[in-house]
Formats: sequence, structure tokens, C-alpha cells
Amino acid sequence: MLSYVGRRLLQLVPLLLVISFVIFVALEMAPGDPVTLLLGQNASPEAVAELSAKLGLDRPLLLQYLSFVTDAVQGDLGVSYRSGREVAFELARTTGVSATLALTAMILAVLIGVTVGIVAAVKQYTFIDTVTRVGVLAMVSLPVFWLAILMIIGFAVKWPIFPAFGWGTYGHLVLPAIALSTYPLAVIARLTRSSMLEVMSSDYVRTARAAGLPERTVVMKYALKNALVPVMTVIGLQFGGLIGGAVLTETVFGIPGIGRLIVTAIEGRDYPVVRGAVLLGTVVFVLINLLVDMLYKWADPRQRGV
Amino acid sequence: MSAAVATAQSAQGAVQERSAWKETWTMFARNRAALIGLVILAVIILIAVLAPWIAPHDPTAQNLSLRREGPNAGAWLGRDEFGRDILSRIMLGARATLLAAIGVIVLSGVVGTAIGIVAGYRGGVADSLLMRSVDLVLSFPYFLLAILIVAVAGPSLRNAAIAVGITYIPQYARVVRGATMEVVGKEYVEAAHASGVRGFRIAFKHVLPNISAPIIVITTVGLALAIVSVSSLSFLGLGAQPPSPEWGAMLADGRQYVASAPHISIFPGMAILLTVLALNLVGDGFRDTFDPTLR
Repeated sequence: MLSYVGRRLLQLVPLLLVISFVIFVALEMAPGDPVTLLLGQNASPEAVAELSAKLGLDRPLLLQYLSFVTDAVQGDLGVSYRSGREVAFELARTTGVSATLALTAMILAVLIGVTVGIVAAVKQYTFIDTVTRVGVLAMVSLPVFWLAILMIIGFAVKWPIFPAFGWGTYGHLVLPAIALSTYPLAVIARLTRSSMLEVMSSDYVRTARAAGLPERTVVMKYALKNALVPVMTVIGLQFGGLIGGAVLTETVFGIPGIGRLIVTAIEGRDYPVVRGAVLLGTVVFVLINLLVDMLYKWADPRQRGV
Repeated sequence: MSAAVATAQSAQGAVQERSAWKETWTMFARNRAALIGLVILAVIILIAVLAPWIAPHDPTAQNLSLRREGPNAGAWLGRDEFGRDILSRIMLGARATLLAAIGVIVLSGVVGTAIGIVAGYRGGVADSLLMRSVDLVLSFPYFLLAILIVAVAGPSLRNAAIAVGITYIPQYARVVRGATMEVVGKEYVEAAHASGVRGFRIAFKHVLPNISAPIIVITTVGLALAIVSVSSLSFLGLGAQPPSPEWGAMLADGRQYVASAPHISIFPGMAILLTVLALNLVGDGFRDTFDPTLR
């Protein structure tokens, strides 16, 4: 297992190099010269040349990339064109906020999604099952930004229970976390249900029942453990969607997270910030998937030799 | 072989093909939810096509004295912050949204299917090279990648569709590659190969028609995803630009007025929900029809 983790971590190095290169080159090709944007159209050529040199933009692309990588490895992601602060500082300031939001949403999604999925499977073809299936379909079809606005209209404007905007208290977390959790919740509930149904008709569950074990023990002890293995993989994949959903949720609720940071940085052509934030989001996503693969191997002994 | 026999054989082939589609349709039609989805979808498409003729008002005509007016007899869904009729804008917006979603699917479908067929059929170096590139795209969180692409290409509905299309290529490539590898071992492909048919002719004439089921399923689900993603980008200001009506952008316009005029955001969102829901219903129906084990 340890050598597996080591191997996977080693594989990350070339992957991150390629990803960072793609991001770097892509932003170089973007229209709009940051120097002109910073100094305005009427800046003197001398001033433009001076700032270009200061920002290192006058060097060849590959050199710029190499110095970006050597700096990034040491935690230096450059300086924001707009705020003049370190990108690493901007990311540190916003990452905690986004992580709190995303983790709360994911915990909600897993707890409710798995529970609903189990109940729907155990009560297959009943009213509860039908409601679950319809609910899941509605939830995967809901655009998160619209749901967020509806929640503000309902629970911040019409019935002012929660704040509509901002960040700082537990109250600020409620609506965004619920909005962000709906999609992964529905996906997890649907998969748990179908996975449980498959496991419940398997031989070992039939054997456990035949041995006279109470239904509760059969479901919770024998069926659930195996049914959750595929659910785990999906949780990892849903994190990717969650990163995108966070951009939208943070925009609607005015939350100072990394998603909001990316959108404002793109609007202001603040490329060091865009680069740093997209890179960080991608690294987090890759690491989460590695973690999920490890959990998967741990939970399913058949996978260990692979 | 005489011409008459050949004609008779091809006619028989056509009959068999038709009855296979008929059987598929009968199975699909048994699913009431999928059928409802199909009807809703047909209505939305009809509205999108006929929008310029059936829209009650000019979707870009401003009437500042009536701005943010709620739903009433003159404007069933009310008016936006410039006094424009929301119903007319939703009808015209259906065109923008559906066309963008179709663009996403054409781009990702053509490129992804080509990659998948070549990778699955050729195998070896071509396979690992192509699939490594696909994995690279997958290692980005897809919405971040779409945002990055729009940031580079500049905000517009077309670029938003291209960006989302690129992120959806891996879906096609993976599914098509898997299906191709399954089909390649079958006798009819080997027979075509043995009788001297060249590689790409086999791929498109013999492999592609036999992997159409999974392609239809991911296309329907992909359309739903494309509508949400493109309108999300528009909502962030990275897609459709004003004053052209687009659902995501309309929703964003109403965001400032959630307290005084919530209808500006509510109705475009409903249009997105209804379209995506219909597509998901149809997609689930196709999945059940083509792969009963997934039910």
C-alpha cells in the first residue's frame, strides 16, 4: 500500500508540470496585455518597458515558465497585478472559506444522500422510493445558481431567517452549503440506492437472511459495507463538480472564497491570481481523487493487487 | 450474385433495421416519464424554432416606464430592469441556449467519438497517447477548465460553448473507446477485415452503427449538462453578452432585484430547470431501453 501511494505521488509530479504548463501557455495566449491594462492606454513606451521588465514579461515564454515553476515549488506564486499582494496570500485568505463551504456541503450530501439511498432501496417500489427517485431527478436538473437565488428570495428576503450575503457567522454558511450540496446529494442518493439494490439481491445477503439474522443487521452490517464501495468513487468525482459549483455559489452569496477570487481575477485580467487559483483547484482535485483511490483499495480487497 | 437478389437482401436488411428501431421505440414508449420528457422537449424546441414569430413582444424593445413590472395581462411573466418582456426573452433565449448546447455536443461528440474509435480500434501507441491526453483534460475540475478557456478566448456564447465542448470530449472518448473495443472482437468486424475493407471504413461503417446506443445515452445526458454549464458561464458574465437574450444571463440580470422584482430571476431559471429535467427524463428512458441492467 505504501509503495502504491509513493508511486502515485511520484506520478503527480509530471502531471502537475504538464497542467501548470497548459495553464501558463493558455493565459499567455489570452487577449489583453496586462501591462497596458495596469498603466492605461496612454502610458509612455518607457513606462511600459519598465513595468514589463519588472514583472518579467519581457523574457521568452519558456524562461518565464521555468522561473514560475522554480518559484512555485518554493511557495511563491507571484504577485497579483491588481492588489499588489502575494498570490499565495490571496489564496490562503480565500481557500479556508471555500474549504469550509465545500466540506460542509459534502458532509451534508454524503450523510443525507447515503441515508436516503438506503431507505429508498430497502423500501423499493413504495411511496418513499418513488418520492426519492422523483426528488433525485429534480435535484440533478436544478441549476445551482438559480437554487441559490430562490433560497435568498425565500429564506433571506421573504422570511428573513438567514443572511443573504457575506460570510463570517454560522448563519452565513447555511444557505450556500445547502445549495451547493443538492447536486452531489442527489447523485450519491441515486448511486447508493442502485448499489444497495444490487447488493441486497446477492448470495451472501440471501445467506445472511437464511441464517435468520435480523433484517437490520443484514442491511446495516452486511449489505451497506459493500454497497458503499462504488459510492466512495463517486464522492471523489463529485468534488470536481463541487469546485465549479463553489464558483457559482460564492458569486451569488458574495462569499470571499477562491471561486469568487477566480471570477474577479478573470474580469480584471489578473493572470498570476487566475494561474495560482486554477492550479490550486486542480492540485486539490487530483489529490482528492488519489485519496479516494486509496480508500477504494482499502475497502475492496480485490483491488489491492492491481 | 444477381441484382435482384442483392436488392431483395438489402430490402430485408432495411426491414430488420426498421423493426429493431421499432422495438427500441416500443420499449422507450412504455416508460411514461421518458415520454413526458420527450413531449416537453418537443414543445421547447418548437418554441425555440418559432420564437421570432410567436413571441408576444420584441425581446430587445425597452420600455423604461414599465421596468421591473410584475407578471400581468400585458406581460405574462413580467418585465425586466429595462422594461423588456420576459416571456419573449425566454422564448428567444431558448434558441441561444439550445443552439449553444447543440454546439457543445457536436464539438465534443465528433472529436470525442473520433478519438474513441481510433484509440479503441488501433490500440497500442495511438491508444495510450490519445487516452493520456484525454486523462489530462479529466484531471482538471471541468468547470474550472471551462472558465480558463473562456478567459483565454474572451467571453461570448460561442466561446462558452467551445469551452464546455472541450471539457465534455473525454466522456465521448472513453465511452466510445470502450464500446469500440467490445465490438472490434466481434465476427462481423473480423469478416469485414478479412474481406479487405480498410481501417476507417470498418470504423465508420461497421463499428460506429453498432455502438450507437451508448452514444445516444451520453448525448442526451450531455445536452442537459451543456445547458447547465453554458448558462452557468453566461450567469458569470463569461457567456452570452447583453442585450441578446440568454437564460443564464437573464437570471444574472435579475440578481440585483431579488427583493423588489424576484420574477426577473425566477422565470428564466424555471426554463432552464424544465429543459434540463426533460432531457434527463429522456436520457434515463434511453438508458433503461438500451441497458436494462442499469435500471
